[in-house]
Amino acid sequence: MSILIDRNTKVMTQGITGKTGAFHTRLCRDYAYGKDCFVAGVNPNKAGETFEGIPIFATAREAKEQTGATVSVIYVPPPHAAGAIDEAVDAELDLVICITEGVPVRDMIATRHRMRGKKTVLVGPNCPGVITPDEIKIGIMPGHIHKKGRIGVVSRSGTLTYEAVGQLMDLGLGQSTCVGIGGDPVNGLKHIDVMRMFNDDPETDAVIMVGEIGGDDEETCARWIKHHMKKPVVGFIAGVTAPPGKRMGHAGAIISGGKGTATEKLAVMEECGIKVTRNPAEMATLLKSVL
Amino acid sequence: MNVHEYQGKEILRKYGVATPRGVPCFSVTEADSAARELGGKVWVVKAQIHAGGRGKGGGVKVAKSLEEVHEHASKILGMTLVTHQTGPEGRLVRRLLVEEGADIRKELYVGMVVDRATQRVTLMASSEGGMEIEEVAAHTPEKIHKVAIDPVAGLTEPQADDIARKIGVPDGSVAQARNFMHGLYRAFVECDASLAEINPLIITGDGRVLALDAKLNFDSNALFRHPDIVAMRDLDEEDPAEIEASKFDLSYISLNGNIGCLVNGAGLAMATMDTIKLFGAEPANFLDVGGGATAQKVTEAFKLMLKNPAVKGILVNIFGGIMRCDTIAEGVIAAAREVKLGVPLVVRMKGTNEELGRQKLRESGLPIISADNMADAAQKIVAAVAGK
Repeated sequence: MSILIDRNTKVMTQGITGKTGAFHTRLCRDYAYGKDCFVAGVNPNKAGETFEGIPIFATAREAKEQTGATVSVIYVPPPHAAGAIDEAVDAELDLVICITEGVPVRDMIATRHRMRGKKTVLVGPNCPGVITPDEIKIGIMPGHIHKKGRIGVVSRSGTLTYEAVGQLMDLGLGQSTCVGIGGDPVNGLKHIDVMRMFNDDPETDAVIMVGEIGGDDEETCARWIKHHMKKPVVGFIAGVTAPPGKRMGHAGAIISGGKGTATEKLAVMEECGIKVTRNPAEMATLLKSVL
Repeated sequence: MNVHEYQGKEILRKYGVATPRGVPCFSVTEADSAARELGGKVWVVKAQIHAGGRGKGGGVKVAKSLEEVHEHASKILGMTLVTHQTGPEGRLVRRLLVEEGADIRKELYVGMVVDRATQRVTLMASSEGGMEIEEVAAHTPEKIHKVAIDPVAGLTEPQADDIARKIGVPDGSVAQARNFMHGLYRAFVECDASLAEINPLIITGDGRVLALDAKLNFDSNALFRHPDIVAMRDLDEEDPAEIEASKFDLSYISLNGNIGCLVNGAGLAMATMDTIKLFGAEPANFLDVGGGATAQKVTEAFKLMLKNPAVKGILVNIFGGIMRCDTIAEGVIAAAREVKLGVPLVVRMKGTNEELGRQKLRESGLPIISADNMADAAQKIVAAVAGK
């Protein structure tokens, strides 16, 4: 199984003709079963054309109707990214993965409000995407550092996810699915949502949960884990040394009003029985110790 | 992005939020004439810096005569104001706000933030104006009232009135307080604010509702649609290193330690800082070179870190994904040569072409210390800086 996506997933790229969209669609198509998965592109100005053999449609709805794609990945620039999510939601897609970094928070508040009660699931924005190794990758992560296995990874940060994956690989541990939920304050799936999926996935044995300063999503997830999670979870939180009031790269990585510190998050996770490490070089060895 | 109090008030007035009358001043002469122009018998001279706690630090003074305005303005303008938010080094005061004095009957608090859990703008209000909201939250949380605002319906009248009553706005001023909160919400949304704090909001002796102070922060991702707000940016209030970094599309934040770090990705950059601390030293900066780092970007990043005289060693931590390790290695070598690097350098690279990258570092002939993993890297740079 895996979660969210597998080799049978059909994907459309919104923003397929832009530099980033073109570059990454190519890499995703060349990864594992990508050729079967990446079936459509969306660009209203280039409808009827093709991108290296992938047909381009005017709208997400049309792309869905013509190709059966039920998942979208978005690379459109920040001012139009929330509009692209809205379009995918209106087309009743199952899953939208928004890679775009720099989407205004106000736009995301409106988009998340519109999504209430709709079936579409959102990952991101400002995220690396989702990969089910050796089957499909949707996003900007390097495919070759992964291999199929039974460990789930969920993280707010791109390269820190790759770091966790790299460490797992050094220990010979493959991954079921890796989900980058993104570094923005108002986004789609949270740690808790992904954790629920891993809990229900028969092909996931354990999970690495990577968090960072800002908000309290990790705490919420930790409390849920304490009562519901049937599988071992280990965690790391980045930003013990981050000063308050400063945005650390990610829009959502900020300690405000004394809230959202790494120390607080780590304490709650430990209280909830999650093994945590303060040494990010030990994420995978810690995971191995709980298997 | 932050703006000064007087700029925040300018914005709020456009949305019908009442404030005392005031004039921004850049010199004592301007302060003198501002006070004369405003008239009245009492004025307040307020230092304009991007930090809270100005009153306690001596940056806000009440004047009861034009002479006193002159005296206070002379003292405050050019002073180095130290508050709990400026750090011990303080901040030079370059601008003043001279305002008419207000007859304060009650001091309240109203703020707005984006609440991540509800994914809505949340209005927070308290009867404890003039105090830090964090203090109120810690000691008397029951005195903080919150309402999450529906993005389509906006702040409703019953919601606003209910909040006004809960924080002790007198009956005769509830309608004004409602208008005040509506204006504040409209300003917040239309200007893409990320934080608004009116502390204190005051009720005057004659029942008026005024913003005595105003703190506004804006979502930097949305500045592209607000050139008027961008024009308010005061570079004097920002760290020169951070401004320099932004020119090269580098995300940089100065810290207090002595080990510079250069990393790709914000999460990994924080994790690298944490590892340095874990092994007994302190990071000198946060620096994310981003996904598409070129040799030029890496060189600029080195120059930036080395401008900080406290830096006694550098740790480079790169996870090569789409960006290849050998490309990064070339960038690091070029940078080390160009800046004639005189401090120890530890490089840890992982991912795409890591072997080739390491080989390039070895063959460069430069005294670059190679590390296998993050912990190894941190230990090596901490030891090198300590002279071991």
